[in-house]
Amino acid sequence: MSYVSTLYVGLFYAATVILVVGVALRIKKYAQIPAPLKIPTMPAPRTEAGVAMRMFREVVFFESLFRSNKWTWIFGYLFHFGMLLVLLRHLRYFTEPVWFWVNWVQPFGKYAAFAMLAGLLGLWARRFLVDRVRYISTPSDHLMLALLVGIVMSGLGMAYLAHTDIVAVKAFFLGLMHLSPQPLPGDLFLLVHLGLVALLMIIFPISKLLHAPGVFFSPTRNQVDDSRERRHIAPWAKELEASER
Amino acid sequence: MADYDVPELHEYPIIPKLKEGVMAHSSPFIAAEKFQGPLGFPGELPENWKDIAIDKMGELLGKYRSLQVFLDICVHCGACTDKCHYFLGTTDAKNMPVARQELLRKVYRRYFTFAGKYFPKLVGAVDLSEEVLDDWYSYFHQCSQCRRCSVFCPYGIDTAEISMAAREILDAVGKGQKYCNEIIGKVFVIGNNLGLPERALADTLEGLEEDIEDETGVKVRLPLDVKGADILVVTPSADFFAEPHVDGLIGYAKVFHEAGVSWTLSSHASEAANFGMFIGSYENMRKLSLRIREAALELGVKRIVFGECGHAWRVAYSFLNTLAGPFDFLDPKYPVPQHILEFTYNLIQEGKLRLNKSENDHMRVTFHDSCNIARGAGMGQMEGGQFIIPREVIKAVCNHFYDMPQDTIHDATYCCGGGGGLLTDDLMELRVKGAQPRMEALKTVTEEHGITNLAAICAICKSQFAKVLPYYGFTMDQIVSVHQLVSNAIVLTGSEQEAELAAEAESK
Repeated sequence: MSYVSTLYVGLFYAATVILVVGVALRIKKYAQIPAPLKIPTMPAPRTEAGVAMRMFREVVFFESLFRSNKWTWIFGYLFHFGMLLVLLRHLRYFTEPVWFWVNWVQPFGKYAAFAMLAGLLGLWARRFLVDRVRYISTPSDHLMLALLVGIVMSGLGMAYLAHTDIVAVKAFFLGLMHLSPQPLPGDLFLLVHLGLVALLMIIFPISKLLHAPGVFFSPTRNQVDDSRERRHIAPWAKELEASER
Repeated sequence: MADYDVPELHEYPIIPKLKEGVMAHSSPFIAAEKFQGPLGFPGELPENWKDIAIDKMGELLGKYRSLQVFLDICVHCGACTDKCHYFLGTTDAKNMPVARQELLRKVYRRYFTFAGKYFPKLVGAVDLSEEVLDDWYSYFHQCSQCRRCSVFCPYGIDTAEISMAAREILDAVGKGQKYCNEIIGKVFVIGNNLGLPERALADTLEGLEEDIEDETGVKVRLPLDVKGADILVVTPSADFFAEPHVDGLIGYAKVFHEAGVSWTLSSHASEAANFGMFIGSYENMRKLSLRIREAALELGVKRIVFGECGHAWRVAYSFLNTLAGPFDFLDPKYPVPQHILEFTYNLIQEGKLRLNKSENDHMRVTFHDSCNIARGAGMGQMEGGQFIIPREVIKAVCNHFYDMPQDTIHDATYCCGGGGGLLTDDLMELRVKGAQPRMEALKTVTEEHGITNLAAICAICKSQFAKVLPYYGFTMDQIVSVHQLVSNAIVLTGSEQEAELAAEAESK
């Protein structure tokens, strides 16, 4: 196998471990830290089912963002929904035989990539054009968008400008999953695309991308309004009480 | 009137262009050692303050999921940037919620994250320094912890949680705020924020009883420390003497009288307000709320009812059970605690109160949703009850009620500008500017519907509005208590008003 293939095998194994272990550790941390007080942003649902609905509306429709700012919502939604369709379509590279419903996503994949790009560029433009957003944007905010745009554009490059041997690409990834590494085509767009994706996986657990698992742990969205009905108390607070008796 | 410009009120809300550092001079008086000590804080900056501060941050990150999650997941989308009344009124960039959070987050990143430790410039991480500490002190006392930002953040990031943590860290290194810490100390010693001792309180209540008898011809009692009473009423101490608060207290007394319930105030728990929440101190907040539990046990009551106070109601509704519960010694038929509005509303629904609406006909009223009640509490065991119940009570006692623009009420309500421990003269410029969005909404509804009065159910809002309304072309007597409106309209059994109404009815 070529030097480049071996490098990418190593890169993806490392990236996968970092991503999975890193995110798992973060989720463990969020889950283990107590939320000692009832602080849901009121009005809040009074039942667990209600909370599930609230969380569903936030994650699926970006409800609060829609209320805040229609432009940010449009660009953010285009990007995220586009990404969802693109990722679903990409499942074809990791599954054999390809799952039937992934075939339904097929025709939408390319439009979704453009939607993603439009969303990302819109979000990036805001970081220059709106003074309030310009003020709060750090270098990492710009770089994150650059990374994502790079991934989308290199992907579009393969779809429209210079096709790559996707059968070999699929063999590469199936090979990784079955611990039997296969060679990777050496096309520039492909290497850039995969390299950037590996980078995204590596920085995921140390970046703001943690908003993905994190939103589920946000006490202002995931708590039930039942503070008068049920006594909510954290272990450390219980200890504090016990130590006084 | 002031050596700064009062912000303009526009026909339609304008998002201002940001300016840097225009409110950096704003900073409340620092607490002296005598106010820090009783709360368990150092009196001045210790030599190893940096270590203490970073350790404290680490401690809080392990105790509060909100702090850890909120510091990690902000994506700098800017949805919150135009939502804070202090940003809109001052235009200072650091008053944008995300920018305010960054003051803490940039230090969090430096000491607690991989990216911040090894690539600080990339993520905007900075070392903790005295300059940063001073910035925290200034800008975390330009946040009233009103939670408006958390409504509009895609993940519900609540700057109030960050602000409380920041103030806890500041207190841990001796940089406490005089206003809050002195007041908390007063409650520990005397029982209420104003330092009103039992004797003075008893005299005040007697005076009010006389006033009510003069006005109505009925002996309405305001009992103090009565053992065996059914209901313990805990109300903000401002209700005992400030205007228009005291008119609200008179209203509660009349309602209890008509309901025929036995109730009592308590000199030990003569304060509903809980400034421990503002400084983010669980221990102090708990110590303050335990007084209510102690009074309830001592007096052998069956129910607890809170008066018209904003942040007190948040603590009461959301935290009291946690901090001072369980309340299994109280009557389980009633939520613990209840709000006076829940009590009054229930009576109105049962038809047990006679209300003469025409007594309020000289007023065209709008209602201000106080932030802590709107976004930090509930009412009536229904989602959004805290918006519905006050309005239903007002409509039951007033013929002319109109709401301010939809995007300035309910959970999008604008803070009055004086909450979160900022109701102090040394922050007057901030308070005046922070009130701008609410004043703008009030002007709109005044022009549309000829509003004469603004009703509120929060002691801080009432004081803040009394002070700030004149800056914007309104008058200080326009702010009224909701139970003041009830007091005006209620017809007490055996009163002169009752007799007059009967006579009128007969002569028809």
